[in-house]
Amino acid sequence: MKREVTITVNGVTHTRTVEPRLLLVHFLRDELGLTGTNIGCDSSQCGACTVHLDGQAVKSCTVLAVQADGCRVTTIEGLANGKLHPLQQAFWEKHGLQCGFCTPGMIMASADLLSRNPNPTEEEIRRGLEGNLCRCTGYQNIVAAVQAAAEMMKK
Amino acid sequence: MFAANFDYYRPATVAEAVQLLSTKENAKILAGGHSLIPAMKYRLAQPSALIDIGRIPELSGIRVEGGKLRIGAMTTHAAIAASADVKAHCPLLAEAADKIGDQMVRNRGTIGGAIVHADPAADYPPNLLALGGSVTAVGPNGSRTIDFAGFWTDLFTTALAPNEIVTEVTVNGYGKGTGGAYADLQHPASGYIVVGASAVVTVANGVCSKVSLVIGGATPNPVRASAAEAALTGKAPTAENIAAAAALAANGISNPIGDSFASGDYRVHLAKVLAKRALTQAAARAQ
Repeated sequence: MKREVTITVNGVTHTRTVEPRLLLVHFLRDELGLTGTNIGCDSSQCGACTVHLDGQAVKSCTVLAVQADGCRVTTIEGLANGKLHPLQQAFWEKHGLQCGFCTPGMIMASADLLSRNPNPTEEEIRRGLEGNLCRCTGYQNIVAAVQAAAEMMKK
Repeated sequence: MFAANFDYYRPATVAEAVQLLSTKENAKILAGGHSLIPAMKYRLAQPSALIDIGRIPELSGIRVEGGKLRIGAMTTHAAIAASADVKAHCPLLAEAADKIGDQMVRNRGTIGGAIVHADPAADYPPNLLALGGSVTAVGPNGSRTIDFAGFWTDLFTTALAPNEIVTEVTVNGYGKGTGGAYADLQHPASGYIVVGASAVVTVANGVCSKVSLVIGGATPNPVRASAAEAALTGKAPTAENIAAAAALAANGISNPIGDSFASGDYRVHLAKVLAKRALTQAAARAQ
């Protein structure tokens, strides 16, 4: 039994008829072609699929598209507003990535963290990103990038 | 990974949800989905119908009533961890909620879903049992209250009837003179607890007048460490007295869970070590 869902993604409203088992991440990637959101572990561990659902970071591999019906979603593609978001700028400047696969999720989780805590300590950043895994183990520069972004966002 | 297909329902009221649960074959309630959806992707669960209770407004929220917290079943771990009311009236519960999973998991996972899932490695059950309180469940014949002490009945099993839905969790709060603490060892990969010890201690006139200690993770359901509680009650919260009590913390554990990561013997050992840490911190916070 398919269901019609209407989801506003990065400010654009989309209506699709989907199977209830369709995951939000597949809705974004396969239905809308927004492939910036990656699928890593597909088991709620790695955080590569992190997006914002009504302003909160969630793992889109563990949310059904039907659960997001009527909601607002922001993906990595929707973060920049004419120019790079301070987090995107900071990940670039601090080289907060190696292969880049975890980066969209890292940035979306970091945006959630900074919205709740604009001035996090290093420990708070590491704890705030515990749900995001970097298999290149490039955490040092990721933390530095979040610190740099927090500074930029204060100005 | 895709779940097996299913029909999806999104009731607007608890009554409608109960009606659907009673009439749809092989139906399951979908709360935050952070245990159920992974289980469905692995095909460990293949419900024919999901009843999504995520849009029933009265199921979310936290109220303080007569020193107790009344928490709607769909309240997320993140909301509990950040709640000023929970931090003020029951800081141990806020700490436990903040330890679950990671921020994204806490943004979706709910207290009702977590306690109904009854995972032996879950953080809420030992803490809720140590704090005391009850679960409100609604079925076709109305609502009933189930004490935490009788709620978890076996591995991934609760006292709920198949057509009942948890609507609210009531937790005893505490104030000055009482301290709570949760000491746990997490599995390094999953973050789930291997063993966790939850302690709530009241100190009056220099002695522990009330001690509540519960061990989770070592057995299918959390176990009250009655011998340790009795050993410390009426005694001063000194290091020696706490150590002597903590040594008895595993007395109620028979047939502990053992797996390739942590044997049953190791879990019994951890129960005593973590009980000592939890009791020490709880007693310090009580003073």
